[in-house]
Amino acid sequence: MSDMAVHAPHPPGFKHQFEDMEQQREAGSLGMWVFLVTEIMFFGGLFATYIIYRTLYLTAFEEGSRLLNVKFGAANTAVLIGSSLTMALAIHAAQAGKKKSEQVMYLVLTMILGALFLFLKFNYEWRADYHEHLIPGFGFIIRPEWGAAGTHVPLYFCFYFFMTGLHAMHMIIGFGILGTLTVMAHRGRFSSEYYAPLEVSGLYWHFVDIVWIFLFPLLYLIGGRFALPGVH
Amino acid sequence: MSGHVVPVKTYLGIFVALLVLTALTTGVAFVDFGDIHTGIRLIEVIPLNTVVALAIAVVKMLLVILFFMHVKYSSSLTKIVVMTGFLFLAILVSFTLADELTRGWTPEAGGWNTALPTILPLLRSLF
Repeated sequence: MSDMAVHAPHPPGFKHQFEDMEQQREAGSLGMWVFLVTEIMFFGGLFATYIIYRTLYLTAFEEGSRLLNVKFGAANTAVLIGSSLTMALAIHAAQAGKKKSEQVMYLVLTMILGALFLFLKFNYEWRADYHEHLIPGFGFIIRPEWGAAGTHVPLYFCFYFFMTGLHAMHMIIGFGILGTLTVMAHRGRFSSEYYAPLEVSGLYWHFVDIVWIFLFPLLYLIGGRFALPGVH
Repeated sequence: MSGHVVPVKTYLGIFVALLVLTALTTGVAFVDFGDIHTGIRLIEVIPLNTVVALAIAVVKMLLVILFFMHVKYSSSLTKIVVMTGFLFLAILVSFTLADELTRGWTPEAGGWNTALPTILPLLRSLF
């Protein structure tokens, strides 16, 4: 009965291996960033492969890109940016010592916007792609108007579904994280002293947003849309 | 109190800037800016639309990283780690392209591609 007796009082959430809360917070953010660097390389492999195949089969990639719906792509970009804002505001609410109900509200809003993104993507874009026979492996039909480039249009759609699918998978994992945070926030676990789980989860959510910020122009926009006026 | 508290006004400003940039990048995709003729082998023609779209994406990414992800207010160590990520990505892309784009320079038909015609009938006979 010795060590516990000299246990000094400390803020909730403080781990003893750290000097103080500031060092603990910085170590947490740094660790999360190291993970995000591996995530950059994880998506980076796909981006590098996309760049190479795009240079090899440019015409096919442009044909494929023009078949996507820019309106949904742009709307989803706005939705995801909105969810990043509410995530940042949830962290701010904890930092500024606001009521736990405010933290919960912003976290729930983040989840709603994330769900809206996936709803638009799956229910409108992917469903339409299926009906238009644009999903490789699920009755893909090569259209005669694509000409000689047609045989490589399925390759573009493999990239499209794999990249947006991997991104969507990250968002679904994000829902699990956000759900846990909401419960923690509801139980009053976060304060202006301790909000590390919110901070590092926020980094993850913003990273997923950044991936989409690049997927949007790469998949939807740079396919020479100006070449076909009126086609969206 | 730990960590830098970014005012809500800053978050809202960044949010509006990101929305404006999204509208801008969508709008300019429908305008033909033509090509840049570099005169450099391998990258002789670069579509200006691609450059503009990616430049806007990089600006948006920087806004998210610096403000939403608080890197502007983080320690130098965190900043270096963040930059390391993009350095490694640049190495991955540039070295892979340096290989892929120069394959045609070698006199012989390159590498494993030549093995495909012999492997494919073998695979077909198996399945």
